[in-house]
Amino acid sequence: MPTVSMTVNGQPAAGEVEGRTLLVEFLREHLGLTGTHVGCDTSQCGACVVHVDGKSVKSCTLLAVQAVGTEVTTIEGLATNGTLHPVQAAFKEHHGLQCGFCTPGMVMSAVDLLSQNASPSEPEIREWLEGNICRCTGYHNIVKAIDAAAQAMKG
Amino acid sequence: MYNFNYYRPLSLEEAAQVLSAASDGKLMSGGMTLIPTLKQRLANPSDLVDLSEIADLSGIEAKGDTVVIGATTTHAEVADSEVVKSQIPALAALAESIGDPQVRNRGTIGGSIANNDPAADYPAGLLGLGATIKTDRRQIPADDFFTGMFETALEEGEIVTAVSVPIPKKAAYAKFPNPASRYAIVGVMVAQGPAGTRVAVTGAGPGVFRVAKMETALEKNFSANAIEGISVPAKGLNADMHASADYRAHLVGVMARRAVTAAG
Ligand SMILES: Cc1cc2nc3c(=O)[nH]c(=O)nc-3n(C[C@H](O)[C@H](O)[C@H](O)COP(=O)(O)OP(=O)(O)OC[C@H]3O[C@@H](n4cnc5c(N)ncnc54)[C@H](O)[C@@H]3O)c2cc1C
Ligand code: FES
Ligand code: FES
Repeated sequence: MPTVSMTVNGQPAAGEVEGRTLLVEFLREHLGLTGTHVGCDTSQCGACVVHVDGKSVKSCTLLAVQAVGTEVTTIEGLATNGTLHPVQAAFKEHHGLQCGFCTPGMVMSAVDLLSQNASPSEPEIREWLEGNICRCTGYHNIVKAIDAAAQAMKG
Repeated sequence: MYNFNYYRPLSLEEAAQVLSAASDGKLMSGGMTLIPTLKQRLANPSDLVDLSEIADLSGIEAKGDTVVIGATTTHAEVADSEVVKSQIPALAALAESIGDPQVRNRGTIGGSIANNDPAADYPAGLLGLGATIKTDRRQIPADDFFTGMFETALEEGEIVTAVSVPIPKKAAYAKFPNPASRYAIVGVMVAQGPAGTRVAVTGAGPGVFRVAKMETALEKNFSANAIEGISVPAKGLNADMHASADYRAHLVGVMARRAVTAAG
């Protein structure tokens, strides 16, 4: 079986996997990082979004072996010393979640957006969330939270 | 998903070698189509040959009157490229319209055209712009490359290495997207330039096709009015829960006129 090694949330991580092991399976089952969710398992819903080398990707549509040598960031890696990332704090503040299932993927996707576009317009935020499906909120408060996080991050 | 051996070669030669040595090898670029296919057990390759670490296969370069895009260049890289945005903005906009940001961060131009999904965007882009597809064996004009539904001129084990796109005088892509997946229900690339005047349609039929009558009319008069009365027959077009063949035929006209207007 292939041995994979990568950096996950700043720490070295390694394990033995099969070729077919998905990155999300490696994160959840081998590393116990269950913050990343599997919603659809068919590349549609975005519950599984993590960052690989700083870019948001669907970890249900990436093999663990494809991530060898990369830097992976999951929802568990966003907070620093117990302080929520501004996007996490804004989701909490603005009620950007109900059941919370989509939230890790929404937050990771939003962090990627704000890293490229510090002041997205409302249509830009909505368009960016094309690959993130939420069955609860109707998106309104998610968009509000991302807008608020953008303001907060500009300081 | 059935299991397989996984390889990530660093050169094209090594990739071709591993592929030919495998009992049933398969190439992988972004995996955005292949991994979902494997999950559904619609394919069962013995070996996967991942092209993503072959440095020569990635990147965008202006070369004379063309823009050359490496096969493993992602949709996001094409959409964000200063070269593509300045020389062929229609192609940057097409790439930006694919799927969602996460699909664009992984999916590649080589994977998209090798797959030749009848609703994919790049086949219309490359046929409409009169591009040439480069492989590890030869160069294939887009006119000969896309041969049918999920069918291309690629031979067993042939690897797409790059596409070379002539810089048009004007071009635009108009798409009526499936609201869920963003694949084209109908997408039309209209271009005028070194490759002539071209109208290429994706999503409507079993494969990408050109509309000769529109091209002739636009050659004389490049305006939406010039193609107002030209329709494509609904016979043979796709029909599914999203759109009937008649509706698709109608959309070809609408999207073509929108593209001509946008191209200016
Ligand atoms: C949710 C979702 C939405 C999408 N929406 C759209 C959309 O709106 N428009 C659109 O056009 N597409 C869409 N796609 C498809 C996406 O663009 C894919 O990235 C693309 O079709 C395949 O590219 P890939 O690099 O991922 O290829 P892979 O999945 O890696 O490979 C696809 C096929 O091509 C072969 N292949 C790959 N690279 C090469 C090569 N260099 N030479 C020869 N053969 C090769 C593989 O063997 C395989 O058979 C969507 C996909 C998803 C999951
Ligand atoms: S679980 Fe990955 S996209 Fe839905
Ligand atoms: S909060 Fe329940 S799916 Fe989004």
